[in-house]
Amino acid sequence: MATYLDFENSIKHIDEDIANARIKADTHAVEILERDLEKEVQKTYKNLSDYQKLQLARHPDRPYALDYIRLLMSDAYELHGDRAFGDDLSIISYIGYINQRKVIVIGEQKGRGTKNKLKRNFGMPHPEGYRKALRIAKMAEKFHLPILFLVDTPGAYPGIAAEERGQSEAIARNLYELSQLKTKTIAVVIGEGGSGGALAIGVADRVAMMRYSVFSVISPEGCAAILWNDPAKQESATKAMKITAEDLKKLNLIDDVIDEPLIGAHRDKLAAAKALGEYFINSLEALDAMNEDERLDARYNKILSVGAYKE
Amino acid sequence: MMFGEIFNKIRKKQSTPNEAPSHWVKCSSCQSLMYYKEIEKEFNVCPKCGFHMRISAQMRIELLSDVGTFEQKDTTLTPIDPLKFVDKKSYVKRITEAHEKTGRNSALISGSCTIDGVKAQLIVFDFSYMGGSLGSVEGEMIVRAINRAVQNKEGLVIVSASGGARMQESTFALLQMSKTSAALTKLTQAGLPFISILSDPTMGGVSASFAWLGDVIMAEPGALIGFAGQRVIKQTIGAELPQGFQRAEFLLEHGLIDMIVHRANLKKTVADMLRFLIQDVPTDAFELKIKQ
Repeated sequence: MATYLDFENSIKHIDEDIANARIKADTHAVEILERDLEKEVQKTYKNLSDYQKLQLARHPDRPYALDYIRLLMSDAYELHGDRAFGDDLSIISYIGYINQRKVIVIGEQKGRGTKNKLKRNFGMPHPEGYRKALRIAKMAEKFHLPILFLVDTPGAYPGIAAEERGQSEAIARNLYELSQLKTKTIAVVIGEGGSGGALAIGVADRVAMMRYSVFSVISPEGCAAILWNDPAKQESATKAMKITAEDLKKLNLIDDVIDEPLIGAHRDKLAAAKALGEYFINSLEALDAMNEDERLDARYNKILSVGAYKE
Repeated sequence: MMFGEIFNKIRKKQSTPNEAPSHWVKCSSCQSLMYYKEIEKEFNVCPKCGFHMRISAQMRIELLSDVGTFEQKDTTLTPIDPLKFVDKKSYVKRITEAHEKTGRNSALISGSCTIDGVKAQLIVFDFSYMGGSLGSVEGEMIVRAINRAVQNKEGLVIVSASGGARMQESTFALLQMSKTSAALTKLTQAGLPFISILSDPTMGGVSASFAWLGDVIMAEPGALIGFAGQRVIKQTIGAELPQGFQRAEFLLEHGLIDMIVHRANLKKTVADMLRFLIQDVPTDAFELKIKQ
């Protein structure tokens, strides 16, 4: 059953009416209602607040990395483990084809339903997850395979075992290695880009965000708790931090915003996957046109150019 | 009665830390009272129990660099407020207050110096400037120090003391993690060493970027070092944390750092590491000693 957020209620009513009209085989009513839906979508989604966008980024029906992998890849095989400690299931990796191109996809995976949420640790990786990502990224480099990173995490897991096994080191190592990985890399934030835990698979030749995804230095709740001394101020924190795809593109901190359906990826997974797939293939072709040194220099210079200061 | 009230008032006044600097310092570990000069002489290490108290950035530079050799760099870099960030206070106000408090525009001091005769680029974080947080200015200063190290074929030494990335710069601050980490690849390509010293506290975005990328990673005894803050971990797991969790000794035991170095030995250890790791050391600097 679909989940609707408060501000999606008007959509919910029309969706229900359409479903009823379909049962009665009233095609005329369906047509009218679908036009109403289109108008309502325009009205509701054109003027979303930052906080509403955050809610969409975390929407329980939003497609996760595995959904995109299933929709986009063919002949895909999953690769497991960091070859050192374990297999962190909050990071997944597949080799296969997207549009006849050999690719490796590495993504953060949230679970759907209690059982899967626990299995995926709510999409919060431990160090071995980041080390698994790096191991497979190195393999992609060896075989000249492009990588698609799918970023979607509330953050790296804050726990005792994670600290014991070097959460900081694992993230730092990825930032370092991915900045100079020789193969072509494209990172897409598909939902939540939570801080260092997101950045650890978010350093790439092209960094894009789906329309309703966010990318932030700390969760809005965490920011509100620290700076406002009040976790309930998360709406203010969301707004102040400028974490939406639109804002980050304006600030020139990401390369592109992917044209996710206006109604949200959760209501039209196919269209969302198509938009992401097309972006990936087009970006890859643009990167094909550069030689390796050019591409690596461009990546390095882009990473190094970030900063707001005067002198 | 009257006398009691007055006495209480006086006592209250004396116990307020912000008024009239006290000449007596209490060790936060063994609670011994010491005259401030006694403890300053030891660079804030308690002479009674060896507890390493926090130390100012200025004192840290005096501790590590040879007298008169520290040449400060990049002092003109100044933060701006790219997001017009306002929480309970505006970021602009916080920058101004931090400047008034420290006389600086950044949460670190960067410069070139010699350390026991070895030339190096030295960066020291200043926790009293917005919790030593990593923002755009700090990131840029680290990159420039790396570039100078490459240019002059010197090693890089960074002493971290930071709560993490600066929230008021949001994603700009987050991306300083990848910026500083990427820049360190140039130091590697040039075959030059980076000695990372983790002092109390080194957390979040600083620990999860350049600070943990040292060729040699040293920590001060008892320093709190980690990715997630203890309050957050406690809330997440819903349990108390083990004794000594995220302290330097815990990290050493788990294989996450190379060594714990007492402050009294820090300068010599850093200099020895630099000498050892930097290529092209003139061989006549050493004489061969054969153990009998």
